[in-house]
Amino acid sequence: MTASKRAKRRWGEKAVQVLLTGAASTCILIVVLIFLFNAKEAAPFVLEPGLGALAAERWSPVSFQAQAFGILPLVTGSLLVTILATIIAVPFGVCGAVYLSEIATEPERAFFKPFIELLAGIPSVVIGFFGLIVIAPRLKSLFGLNSGLVALTGAIVLALMAVPTIVTISEDAIRSVPESYKQASLALGASRVQTIWKVIVPAALSGIVAAVMLGIGRVVGETMAVMMVTGNAALVTLSPFESVRTMTATIAGEMGEVAFGSAHYRALFWVGIVLLLFTFVLNAAAQRVLAKYRMFRA
Amino acid sequence: MTAKRRVIETATPWAMRAVMYFMVLVVGYIIFDIVIHGAPAISREFLFEMPRKGGAEGGIWPAIVGTVLLVAGTVIAALPLGMAAAIYLSEYASQNAFTAAVRLAIVTLAGVPSIVYGLFGLGLFVLFLNFGTSIIAGSMTLACMILPVIIVASEEALRAVPQNLREGSLALGATKWQTIRTNVLPYAIPGMLTGAILGVGRAAGEAAPILLTVAAFYLPVLPRSVFDQVMALPFHLYVLATQHPDADKVRPLQYGTALVLLALVLGMNMAAIILRNRFRKRIRW
Repeated sequence: MTASKRAKRRWGEKAVQVLLTGAASTCILIVVLIFLFNAKEAAPFVLEPGLGALAAERWSPVSFQAQAFGILPLVTGSLLVTILATIIAVPFGVCGAVYLSEIATEPERAFFKPFIELLAGIPSVVIGFFGLIVIAPRLKSLFGLNSGLVALTGAIVLALMAVPTIVTISEDAIRSVPESYKQASLALGASRVQTIWKVIVPAALSGIVAAVMLGIGRVVGETMAVMMVTGNAALVTLSPFESVRTMTATIAGEMGEVAFGSAHYRALFWVGIVLLLFTFVLNAAAQRVLAKYRMFRA
Repeated sequence: MTAKRRVIETATPWAMRAVMYFMVLVVGYIIFDIVIHGAPAISREFLFEMPRKGGAEGGIWPAIVGTVLLVAGTVIAALPLGMAAAIYLSEYASQNAFTAAVRLAIVTLAGVPSIVYGLFGLGLFVLFLNFGTSIIAGSMTLACMILPVIIVASEEALRAVPQNLREGSLALGATKWQTIRTNVLPYAIPGMLTGAILGVGRAAGEAAPILLTVAAFYLPVLPRSVFDQVMALPFHLYVLATQHPDADKVRPLQYGTALVLLALVLGMNMAAIILRNRFRKRIRW
């Protein structure tokens, strides 16, 4: 190989590495841009009408006499739906994960697992549509409500979307519990069920908690399905049988009709920032738990 | 073992089995419901004609075309970038602050709600870069959204290639990039494509990001350039189901649209799974 050819090759190698590093750093860039552009569009709100406006009690951005940008009803709406969805999804998700990893036979597993993955693959609008057409009317007649479009319907729909996340990640966590724990427990005379609930699940608990947190992250950020089935009334309520309006649904529903640059437009970006911070904290915490968990296992 | 214990020992697995079967039933029911009500609506006219009367009649052709174009744009933007980032992470990255930052960024991106991607796309692509509500703005937004999916899956595929294939090549005097190109990528590409298809399936089904960046409520013409607005299947379904003044009357059209969307997305997921299994069968380390 001549010297010039070698030099050329060395340059080529360097160029490839720079290119690949560049590609990797776009991820950081995109995160920065997401925060930046949300902040940029939201910022002028601080001067007019002022951040205090977000603390108002009502959200009625298009009213002429009493325009109000209080995000409290939206936050409570999101929280109510999320908490209900978590209460529904966690037992199913954890049960499913324990079953798949500890009890199911191999053919059963091969059959069930794709179903759970299938559920994760269904587009959220389609699940929302199903909730609107099938679940909402059933709930309405079951509980004798005026409308089926209430927080509970949203929670059920969201639980459907959180379950695959919880099952998949919890199952990984449970499977990574060392075989020796199980053997020790069985050798000490514990039964299979005792071993599962008193040894395996506690050993995998941090992984399961992380799975639930990631599931919640998905639920909080879910937009279309929840917009289709919760009725979208911006009320401060803790009742599962009342219509609520989540942060996500507010952005999606109102951004289309808002005047660019208006206070309403900026307020919607503030809602986006709250949402972004919420999911960011949740995710970072879940990752931290998972990382600790991996270290403990290794 | 006491009698009570024995009951618990047999009842618990059965109870959990019941929970599992219930979940499978629910999934089956959702799909069954969409298929059984959607199938009668599917016809040549429905698939290949323009909508009429605000979507109350006619077909969904522009929505199908719109979704395909958006997905194509997303792939063009996200695939090379995602694969390159994955190669960096798996082959080049050392344990330093930069790598940690990239990993944190990927995890963060994966957790950002889809509607926030919509806000971001609106702020950056539609307004700041002045693309307007257009295919290109929507594709870019979706590309940012599926980037973490592609990177994570691709990196996993790269890491599954045994280390000694790399070492053999390096020992023979090949450079690092030559090694990656000839001895790593050929074995990792199917796995990387699997991840890409999963990401794309997600992009095709998402309505929230395109809501603010590209989707047209009702637009019975095909786009002529990447700066045009288009209709898209998920948004069209949303509009038909909730915004239409006579929602009950267009029920068959809603179900038809839901079925087409479901078939498209699940078809892609299925393709990814088949590809993955084939690949696993073909190569055994």
